[in-house]
Amino acid sequence: MIGDLSLPVLIASVLTASAPLIIIALGETLTEKSGVINLSLDGVVLFSAMAAFVVAKTTGSLLLGFLAGGFAGMLTGIIVGYFSVYLHLSQVAVGFALSLLCRDLAYFLGNPYSRVQGPTLLAGKLPFYEALPSSLQIILTQPLTVWFALLLIFILYYFFSFSKAGLCLRSVGENPAASFARGLNPGRIQMAAVLAGAFLVGVGGAAYSLSLKPGWGRPQGAEGIGWIGLALVIFGGWHPMRVALGAMLFAFLQVSGIGLQDIFPGVPSQVFQTAPFPLMIFTLVFMHYSTKNNRKQGYRENRFQRIIGKLFMSRAPKAIGKSYRQE
Amino acid sequence: MSKTSSKQMKKLSIDILLGGVLVFGFTALVLLIAGAPVFATLKNIWLGAFASTTKISQVLSVWVPLTLCACGLLFTFRANLWNIGIEGQVIMGAIGAMAALRIPGIENPVLITALAFFASIIGGSLWGLFAGLLKTKGGVHEIFGGLGLNFVAQGFILWLIFGPWKRPGIASMSGTELLPRELWLSTPPGWRVSIGGLVIGVSVLILTWLLLEKSMLGLKLTAIGQNPRAARLYDISPVAHYLQSIIIAGGCAGIAGFLQVTAVYHRLIPSISSGYGYLALLLVMLAGYRISLVPFLALFFAALNVGAIQLPIVLQLDSALSGVIQGCCVLSTLFIIGIRQKRKQS
Repeated sequence: MIGDLSLPVLIASVLTASAPLIIIALGETLTEKSGVINLSLDGVVLFSAMAAFVVAKTTGSLLLGFLAGGFAGMLTGIIVGYFSVYLHLSQVAVGFALSLLCRDLAYFLGNPYSRVQGPTLLAGKLPFYEALPSSLQIILTQPLTVWFALLLIFILYYFFSFSKAGLCLRSVGENPAASFARGLNPGRIQMAAVLAGAFLVGVGGAAYSLSLKPGWGRPQGAEGIGWIGLALVIFGGWHPMRVALGAMLFAFLQVSGIGLQDIFPGVPSQVFQTAPFPLMIFTLVFMHYSTKNNRKQGYRENRFQRIIGKLFMSRAPKAIGKSYRQE
Repeated sequence: MSKTSSKQMKKLSIDILLGGVLVFGFTALVLLIAGAPVFATLKNIWLGAFASTTKISQVLSVWVPLTLCACGLLFTFRANLWNIGIEGQVIMGAIGAMAALRIPGIENPVLITALAFFASIIGGSLWGLFAGLLKTKGGVHEIFGGLGLNFVAQGFILWLIFGPWKRPGIASMSGTELLPRELWLSTPPGWRVSIGGLVIGVSVLILTWLLLEKSMLGLKLTAIGQNPRAARLYDISPVAHYLQSIIIAGGCAGIAGFLQVTAVYHRLIPSISSGYGYLALLLVMLAGYRISLVPFLALFFAALNVGAIQLPIVLQLDSALSGVIQGCCVLSTLFIIGIRQKRKQS
């Protein structure tokens, strides 16, 4: 494969690396499905990673650390929700300002805890580990965050597609006025979606400082992840499965970047870290064209184009980014 | 403005007071959590920014690129564009300037500096144009296009520093080789800011005011920002003006990059943009997209940035405190605006 990586090791490392990103991107999907954009992701990931590490370090409990990360995320969600849902302010402005504030707050408050050893969530063997073939042993020995992330994909898929609550949430994201007429409370539903989404983002941040890139410091290593998460939601067309697949693709690019580094030792690692970003832009452009073309009649007749079109088509929740004022 | 009644002035001063209390309260809370002395820290920031002429001139050296970026952003915000790619545009401006400075064979330092100046404008505006084209032709929202391009610019500058432009001997994060002395923009002894930089900053500020408030361009951008569909009925093309505004913004950011290279660092370093692009976004939001407030708030932000530099040494605190205060200022302002609007409705 690439560099020294064998296939099972590659799959295993992609799964490990993608887990926090999946949790973060799915959290944002949940928020955006209700019509609110939470642009503060990048700072919130760092802030919750810091909170999680500090709590886990002082209490010695990983569980409390993850919970602290989640609640730190939720705390920022209160601000995003209150400002955008109840004060009807620009969601982009609030999110961006909050993002920078949270990042610097994380650096400032986390300063005494930088570069100290703390508790780390390690990969755990499955109970039936011995019975597995060796390649599966490598792939399936993962930290708990991976199983949580994979489970979350299906929970959210079920929630959006088959549950009544999910339908209510989606309807608010599409047309808050109509859902209000049907007896729903759009403000409350949006607030709930923002808080739940921010909680997940916080847990994702905790997964960085407690498992994938253990420890705290400046830089932590999770910088820029929030922006990726936001792009992944669009990339995935607001569908949990595709969002998760996008996260795995991104993780694959990062992991293969490490492999490529062995082949080109003169190039600094940071260059490979940025490689996925242009690809992401390229994909977004590609998606724009297939979404546009898909509406044309002739395009659908070609079978190959139809499949590609379907694969890359995406449609945002109709009311996204607009604040709803109750009449 | 002459009709501003005393009642409105009173309201405004209450708002400013409320904002001040919010920002101070939050900062004090953060400091208490970190176990730091509140007043000693704030006094330290004040002294760090204004204790001597050297420090004041250092504040000005931050003020110039901040103001330049903020001027550029005023154009894009006018057209209702979120030019988050400004950070990358600063980097590309710096790269453009450095590329011109490395042209062999030109002996005249004035000529080569002028070349670098124009190269930086081209570098920055080209990067702006990319983001603009991605939005208008590629259907990528300017926030994501701009962010992606920021990361690409960051990767590009790292590659240059570690690859083709590396220091003879060893390549490192500390940047390329220092420029020869005659290519440094002249700085008065004991000062940290070059006169040329200050002149450029003030001229761009005046030019921006003229273009936005006194020219057709400003009016057209306002029309597009308010309602692109209606603007089209008046034969104003939104696409062309989106591109125009983002190219201007890129050019302003490029000049900031030029000054970072020739007047501040005298070389190319990985963090050449120093986050001024992102900071300028906050600044313009805090100014309520009004150019009249930009120079003063830029001074305030610059003072915070410079004042916080010595916090790690004196009080063992992280210098990110300045960012906490700046972000808090913006959020408090948004909060007060939101509350006022809500009151007006009910």
